[in-house]
Amino acid sequence: MSLRLSGVGLTHANGQAALCAIDLEVRQGERLAIIGPSGAGKTSLLRLLATALPPSNGRLELLGQAPWSLSTRARQRLRARIGLIHQAPPLPPRQRVVTSVLAGKLGQWSLARGLLNLLYPLDIPGAREALARLDLADKLFQRCDQLSGGQLQRVGIARVLYQAPELILADEPVSAMDPVLAGHTLSVLNEEASRRGMTLLASLHAVELALAHFPRIVGIRDGRILFDLPPAQISPALLDALYANEQLQPLPASPPPAPVCIQIPRC
Amino acid sequence: MLSPARHDPAALPRLLLSLLALLLLWPGLQLSELNPAVLLEPNNAANMGGFLADFWPPAHDREFLSLLGRATLETLAIATAGMALALLIALPAALLASRALSLSAVHRGGRPAWWARLARWPVRSLLIVLRSVPEIVWALLFVRAVGLGPTAGVLAIAITYAGMLGKVYGEIFESQDPRPGHALMVAGSGRLQAFAYGILPSASAEMLSYKVYRWECAIRASVVMGFVGAGGLGQQIDLSMRMFAGGEVASMLLTFLALVLLADQISRLLRTRLL
Repeated sequence: MSLRLSGVGLTHANGQAALCAIDLEVRQGERLAIIGPSGAGKTSLLRLLATALPPSNGRLELLGQAPWSLSTRARQRLRARIGLIHQAPPLPPRQRVVTSVLAGKLGQWSLARGLLNLLYPLDIPGAREALARLDLADKLFQRCDQLSGGQLQRVGIARVLYQAPELILADEPVSAMDPVLAGHTLSVLNEEASRRGMTLLASLHAVELALAHFPRIVGIRDGRILFDLPPAQISPALLDALYANEQLQPLPASPPPAPVCIQIPRC
Repeated sequence: MLSPARHDPAALPRLLLSLLALLLLWPGLQLSELNPAVLLEPNNAANMGGFLADFWPPAHDREFLSLLGRATLETLAIATAGMALALLIALPAALLASRALSLSAVHRGGRPAWWARLARWPVRSLLIVLRSVPEIVWALLFVRAVGLGPTAGVLAIAITYAGMLGKVYGEIFESQDPRPGHALMVAGSGRLQAFAYGILPSASAEMLSYKVYRWECAIRASVVMGFVGAGGLGQQIDLSMRMFAGGEVASMLLTFLALVLLADQISRLLRTRLL
C-alpha cells in the first residue's frame, strides 16, 4: 500500500477548512489524477501527502509509515522517498539547471557529497539523462532565470525523476505548457512512473488530459472526494456537478455601453 | 470648485517644521560649546596653518618608504586576518540565529516552533554583546593580554566584526525567498544542504558585497586601533604625530586614501561581476 488516508481533515491557521473527511487508498505503482475546481483543495491534499503540512485530524499513512509520529530524522528519510513536483518550481534564479536537478538526491546523499556537488557537479550524465527525457538536455548549464515558465516546470519534473522516489506527487505539473507539450510531458511522466513502478498522483486542471493519461480519476470539490472512478465511467453530468459554480455572475446580455469620452485638457 | 490655490498648501507645515528643528538644535549647539568663530581667530588659524604646512612635502626618503610599506602590509594583514576570523565565527552564528535552517518552520507556514525561536536568543544576545563593545575597547583589552602589536588588532577586529557580520548575515538569510530551501527539506534533504542549495545562491552576492565593505571598515578601524598600540599604520601615524613629523603623517594619510580607494574598487568589481 503506497498511501492510506482515513478521515483526514485539514484546517488552515485562519480557521478555513481546506479538506474534510478524506478517505483514499492508493496501491504501489498506481497512477491517478486529481481534478476539481479552483480552490477545491487539490494543492492542500498534495502538500499534505508530501508532509509539507500536518493533517488537523484523521490518520495519514505514507509508504507504510505514519509520518507525524516519526522522529525528525526518520521523517526526513521518509521524505526522501517522496517527490513533490511544484506548479511553479521554487528554484533560486541564479542556480544552474544541472545543480537544480542534482539537488533532487540531496536527501539520499551525505552532507560532504552534497557540498562537494556544489563545487563540481558529481553526476552530470544522470542530470543530462533526466533532462533529456524532457527534451531539455541542451539547457544543462544554463541558469534557471534564463528559462521560461514551461521549461522551469520541466526542470522541476527532471529533478523529481532524478530523485527517483517511490511516490511522485505532481501539483499542476504542466500548467505553463502548450497543449501538445503538456500531453507529451504527461505521457513521459506516466511512462517513467510505470516503468520504474512508482506511484503517481497528479492534480490537473485540464480534464481531457486527466482522462487521456490516467487510469483512475479522483474528483475533489469543497475539500471532499466527490467521485473516484476509472475514466470510462465519468459522464459529462458528473463533470458538470464537479465544476458547477453558483458564485459566477451570469454574463450580461445587453450590449456594452457606448464608450465614454473624457476630455483631458492639455496644459 | 477648482479655483487654483494661491499659496502652496505645504508651505506653512514646512515653515513650522523648520522652526521646530532649529528650536531643538539650539540646546545641542550650546551643550557642545561649538563656536566656529574660534577657528578664524588669527592665533588659532596660524597654529593650524603651521600644523598643516608641516604636511608638505610628504616624506618620501627610502628608509621611511620601506617603513611605510611594512606598516601598510601590516594594516592590510590585520584587516584581512581579522575579517577571516570574524567570518569563521559569524557564519555558524548567523545560521543559528536565523530561521533559515529551521525544519519545523517548513510545515508551520514559515514560523518555527516556540522552543526553536527561544533557542535563537542566546546566539542573538552573544552577537549583540560582541558588537556593542567598540573595537577600540577590545583592542585595549587585548593589548593588555598579548602585548603591543598586530595580534591585539586582529583579535579586536575579529570579535567586533563577527558580531556585525553575524547579525547582517542572519538578516540576509531571512530576507531571501524561503521556498527553495523548504522544498528541499520536504524532499528529505538536511538543513545545511537545503541552505547551501536553496538560500546561498541568492544570498551569496549580497554577503560578499557586505563582507568587502566591512573589510574596508576594518582597514580604517585598524588604523584607529594603532593609536592604542595595536600595530599597523595607526601606530606609525601616532609616532610621527608625537614627533611632529608632518611630512610622514601626510604620506601615511595618502597611503590610507589609496587603501580605501582600492577597497572601493574591489567592491565595485565584485558587485558588477556577481550581482
